[in-house]
Amino acid sequence: MTETQRPTEEQILKGIAAAPGIAIGAAYLYTKHIPRVQAKTITPEDVPGEIERLRTANARSEKELRKILAFAEQKLGSESATIFEAQIMILSDAILMGTIEARIRGELTNAEAVVSDEISKYKHLMLAAPDDYMHERAHDVDDVMNRIIRNIQDQKLYSRLDGASIIISETLAPADTVVFSRNQVLGYATDLGGVTSHAALLSRSLKIPAVVGLRSATKQIQTGDLIAIDGYAGTVILNPSPETLRVLEEKAERFRQFELRLTGIAGLPAETLDHKRIELSSNIEFEEEIEFAKERGSEGIGLFRTEGQLIGRPDYPSEDEQAALYTHIADAVFPHPVIFRTFDVGGDKLTPDAHHEENPFLGWRGIRVLLDRPEIFLNQLRAILRSSTRRNVRIMFPMVATLSEVQKARTFFRQAQEELRRLGIPFDQKMKIGVMIEVPAAALVAEQIAAEVDFLSIGTNDLIQYLMAVDRGNDSVAPLFQPFNPAVLRTIKHIVDAAHKRGIQAGMCGEMAGDPLATVLLVGMGLDELSVVPPVLPEIKKIIRSIKTKDARRVADKVLGMHHEAEIREYLSTIIKNRVPEIPFEG
Amino acid sequence: MIERTVTIVNTRGLHTRPAAALVKTAAKFRAEFFILKNSFEINGKSIIGVMTLAAEQGSTLTLKFNGPDEEQAAAAVVDLFERGFDEN
Repeated sequence: MTETQRPTEEQILKGIAAAPGIAIGAAYLYTKHIPRVQAKTITPEDVPGEIERLRTANARSEKELRKILAFAEQKLGSESATIFEAQIMILSDAILMGTIEARIRGELTNAEAVVSDEISKYKHLMLAAPDDYMHERAHDVDDVMNRIIRNIQDQKLYSRLDGASIIISETLAPADTVVFSRNQVLGYATDLGGVTSHAALLSRSLKIPAVVGLRSATKQIQTGDLIAIDGYAGTVILNPSPETLRVLEEKAERFRQFELRLTGIAGLPAETLDHKRIELSSNIEFEEEIEFAKERGSEGIGLFRTEGQLIGRPDYPSEDEQAALYTHIADAVFPHPVIFRTFDVGGDKLTPDAHHEENPFLGWRGIRVLLDRPEIFLNQLRAILRSSTRRNVRIMFPMVATLSEVQKARTFFRQAQEELRRLGIPFDQKMKIGVMIEVPAAALVAEQIAAEVDFLSIGTNDLIQYLMAVDRGNDSVAPLFQPFNPAVLRTIKHIVDAAHKRGIQAGMCGEMAGDPLATVLLVGMGLDELSVVPPVLPEIKKIIRSIKTKDARRVADKVLGMHHEAEIREYLSTIIKNRVPEIPFEG
Repeated sequence: MIERTVTIVNTRGLHTRPAAALVKTAAKFRAEFFILKNSFEINGKSIIGVMTLAAEQGSTLTLKFNGPDEEQAAAAVVDLFERGFDEN
């Protein structure tokens, strides 16, 4: 025990489920190792040995970085890997190393002190620059400096990570992951990041349970604490009671059994007992997620968030750059469809335009930005069209509030088609266009919108937030964020009916689509497509395959007659427990 | 010694990838190579030095070459800038 007064009662931290699985074990609080440097005077006789230590450390650092580079290229793509290449170049930077060696000789000072002083000069120049990009580079330079110093001091990396542990960290940098991938890591939990963060992507590809976005896990948990992480529910339990451990172990076992049967279910269609096909697809943001989605049995991509491309860059990608990415994705999911959602920037999402608003959720975001910035919009429309030659590409517009926005967007779409035609560039002439329904105003006029497009997709996260007037990030009102509130359910039913009246598909790509509690109800309300986060695909499919549409419709009718969210939740959880007992479900 | 003036044309500026390309190109020649931005001078053969140049699109740099193959070095480096480091 490192402190005298530490609470020992059970504590549940809520985050975001990033990779499926349950892990129970000792926590390892991972903080960046910053080596201590002391300047020492050396004798002239020591100089050759000191320079030898520097060169050996550089060679060892290069070896480490080469491994990280190879890993990063394979898991993260060559763009993210560039930084490791630059770090390797720093190690063999003749000007820098020449200066360092000359100073060791001239000033008779030990290698690590000179390395620290010399490289810090560059770091401070970068920190003095006014932009974030340079600050990140300063971090990279700092990283390589610490690596050299650690190797000069001949310290092993994270030697304290002995035995199987659950890693708790603020965030995971790509470079950390290679180290962890070679250690016995039971799970990850991070303060920062969403389902699409590097940490989440990597834990999924490494098949390690993970919970991200916990905010303060690193402050509440210490190395050696007994913790459990639930990668299905998105929770971390500190000091779990014997009872909780028993429940979790049971849940883990049920999931293990369930996962064993998944290989079978992944290849089966998502259809009800009476053979109604539901298009069950997944929400992703990065191409690296496709493989995992396919493994879990995804039939295409129901939401590809194109704004993932904007992370870590100051501008919008060019048409060619975008077309290459979209084509690659369309090829990877073929023959299944992919729905590209045009850039949804604003709100809580980044925008490359330095733009600040008092109330971003009610501000300039989604289609509003695109209609005001035709050059960005047309670039993206052409890029998406160019990726459509295999005819499995669809396009969707976010944050639509009015019918005229849909009409304007379609005008731009036609203009983009016209431009490509003029240039003789091939594309799918019949590409389907859809609108994401997430603003109550659009929900109310869903039928008029449906008359203009080929499909509607319900974005529940924003729809609930706007409908209930609640920011779920605000703890005081978060309980009002109610997916099963009668007002929300009636709105969903209204949208689905409007789409069907116009003979088009109604889908859902919000978080609710991936909630097992909602599946029977959603099928009963007539949704044709559900797009979910890949970890829950098999569960949702299993539920779909266990029900009849007739029964689901009866459940939906009954629920739509109920008055309170709590009552609805309770009823639905009974249904699931009775109908699909093998679902490792918690109500 | 010869001097050239170049303007950054690629939208992302002189970020990590172009910086690496620049240093690799300069390394092929024996001529010394310095980059001046405003009154700040760095050695163009040093990656860590080039990384400190916060050179965004539209900024102007003065390049200085000095050595037996300075003409060829200048031609190769200027070409790289003019092609926008093949980025867009």
